[in-house]
Amino acid sequence: MAPVLALERISKRFGAVQALTDVELEVDAGEVVALVGDNGAGKSTLIKVIAGVGPPDEGRIMWEGRQATIATPSDAQALGIATVYQDLALCDNLDVVGNLYLGNEMTTMGVLDEVAMEKRSRDLLETLSIKIPSVRIPVASLSGGQRQTVAISRSLLGDPKIVLLDEPTAALGVEQTAQVLDLVERLRGQGHGVILISHNMVDVKAVADRIAVLRLGRNNGVFDAKTTTQEEIISAITGATDNAASRRSRRLSE
Amino acid sequence: MSESPVDPRLVVSEQGLTGYLGEFRRKVKGGELGPLPVVIGLIVIWLVFQSLNSQFLSAQNLSNLSVDIVPTGLISVGIVFVLLLGEIDLAAGAVSGACAAVLAVLNVNMGMSPGLAILLAVAVGAVLGLIHGFFFAKIGVPSFVVTLAGFLAWTGFQLWVLGPNGTINLPSDGFVAGLTSTYFIYVIAAYGLAALGVAGFLAVSLIGNNRRRAAGIPYRTTGDIVFRTVVLAVVAFGAAYILNLYQGLPLALLIFLVVVVGTDFVLRRTRYGRSIFAVGGNIEAARRAGINVPFIRISVFVISGSFAAVGGIFAASRISSASQATGQSNVLLMAIAAAVIGGTSLFGGRGTTYSALLGMLVIQSIASGMALQGVSNSIQFMVTGAVLLAAVVIDSISRRSQKAAGRA
Ligand SMILES: Nc1ncnc2c1ncn2[C@@H]1O[C@H](COP(=O)(O)OP(=O)(O)OP(=O)(O)O)[C@@H](O)[C@H]1O
Ligand SMILES: [Mg+2]
Repeated sequence: MAPVLALERISKRFGAVQALTDVELEVDAGEVVALVGDNGAGKSTLIKVIAGVGPPDEGRIMWEGRQATIATPSDAQALGIATVYQDLALCDNLDVVGNLYLGNEMTTMGVLDEVAMEKRSRDLLETLSIKIPSVRIPVASLSGGQRQTVAISRSLLGDPKIVLLDEPTAALGVEQTAQVLDLVERLRGQGHGVILISHNMVDVKAVADRIAVLRLGRNNGVFDAKTTTQEEIISAITGATDNAASRRSRRLSE
Repeated sequence: MSESPVDPRLVVSEQGLTGYLGEFRRKVKGGELGPLPVVIGLIVIWLVFQSLNSQFLSAQNLSNLSVDIVPTGLISVGIVFVLLLGEIDLAAGAVSGACAAVLAVLNVNMGMSPGLAILLAVAVGAVLGLIHGFFFAKIGVPSFVVTLAGFLAWTGFQLWVLGPNGTINLPSDGFVAGLTSTYFIYVIAAYGLAALGVAGFLAVSLIGNNRRRAAGIPYRTTGDIVFRTVVLAVVAFGAAYILNLYQGLPLALLIFLVVVVGTDFVLRRTRYGRSIFAVGGNIEAARRAGINVPFIRISVFVISGSFAAVGGIFAASRISSASQATGQSNVLLMAIAAAVIGGTSLFGGRGTTYSALLGMLVIQSIASGMALQGVSNSIQFMVTGAVLLAAVVIDSISRRSQKAAGRA
């Protein structure tokens, strides 16, 4: 069966910066793919391509075996792609409920159903064991980590097929990081595909099935998380050693 | 998180007065001042002018005040929409004048029925707003510049429509003039409206609260709802009593109140309104949430243009004529000042259309009180300017303390 999401030869440039060159990536249902690479490698740019925020200049996006056009965030949402952006993209002036449901508000006869939204928000935050003083305060008055958990919860409200997480644990404490990693595993268990960006190799090795490395906007190997050592991945990220190691593990993983 | 139905951080708990004070302190610290500064300011202004001249709080003066706030107040409602986006509409005054001129020409010179003429005049306002919105949202010209150009262009359009005379008188017993000269003389009208408003508020509060309780989410205590209802009842019936002492409920005030309550509903209770707040709060987040940002922006300028037209029609109605002066000089600035004084942020994302009502009450009270004292326009402008500055200072400080209370 075709993977849920497959990127083929994706390229994108910003003025003089060639951010992505011929990037390929596949994600299956029930699979966690970690996307790693140094700062500026193009990870967030790739996420934005998939999320419809910054469509690619060249290349194809295949969804469940068919070519898909993702030109706007709504296109991506309609397919079943949910995204947690690195910069979170929350409206500081709206409360937690307002942010969770932004763009997908529940209504009865055209009127916002605040009670239903608040109830589901509380339930969701509770199942994720997220501690927030109140779901009715503006997110401006939340801590960085709390904001991040709101952004993550937001992506889970629909029933997405693919969840894109751009450094979801960057601002989180030990406990909350563990919870997010649990959550990633739960998503996989429920048959969702996950793309996880992280700079923390321990986390990546803990939850990912495959690890895709981006270097200077190009693919630099896809590794099996079980059989590849941390050193091999790091050398692929930094390009410090000859790529024999990465070539070898690519062979093994295929 | 506690299982108690009342989350002390969310709503007022049962502790009565101490609860209120705690809640109040938390809000002020967090920069959520709401309508508090303007209400206090209004009370101070009224007490000062009443002590200077006992005519100030007379039924006749307050009744006139309640009609005088309507034309600019209606323009201000549209301005609130624009400010919520964090944008500005400098053309609203010119649009109001131009549309008043269109109305007068259609109704008087061309003999069109007043209803149709009003409809067309408002449609012209909507189209002018559409033009602003298009250049702003699609071409990317800053709203400040687009509407400044609009201000000049529509002022010229107004002069052209009015022709060489520069003034078109509306029949003083006609339909248009009646918009601001009609009073519901029967006491039942004002009291009925007050009763309707209070009962409606109580019903909505109780039903909402019951749904919240049934859903197991924090709800207000009955005491809290009763307290709020009593405050509203005192204000509503007090106003009705005073209006009935003079000529009864003014039609213009009724229309203005319906507009304010209606637009507030749209802003706070519909997806469209939520989208406006989202675009005003974080445009990129709104875009990524799938909101059609250009549509929201254009529609808001259409709304602003339409309400400017309605305001212009009421301004013409008030003096039974449309002239070159309609919508000119300080009308625009007063409409913007009213929104800001009433608590709508200039920085976008925070505000309500009630601020048009509250802000206009402040501005018009100052104007009326000064007029009673025989103070010259110059002083009046300076005082209004100081009040506006105070309002913006409060807005800026509360925004800063929200930021400080915000990210860790
Ligand atoms: N909107 C933009 N305009 C211009 N250049 C951009 C833009 N977005 C990204 N870039 C450039 O594209 C390259 C890739 O950036 P990207 O944000 O994808 O990196 P990243 O891998 O997510 O890095 P990090 O780990 O720091 O988040 C960088 O060189 C960056 O400067
Ligand atoms: Mg990034």
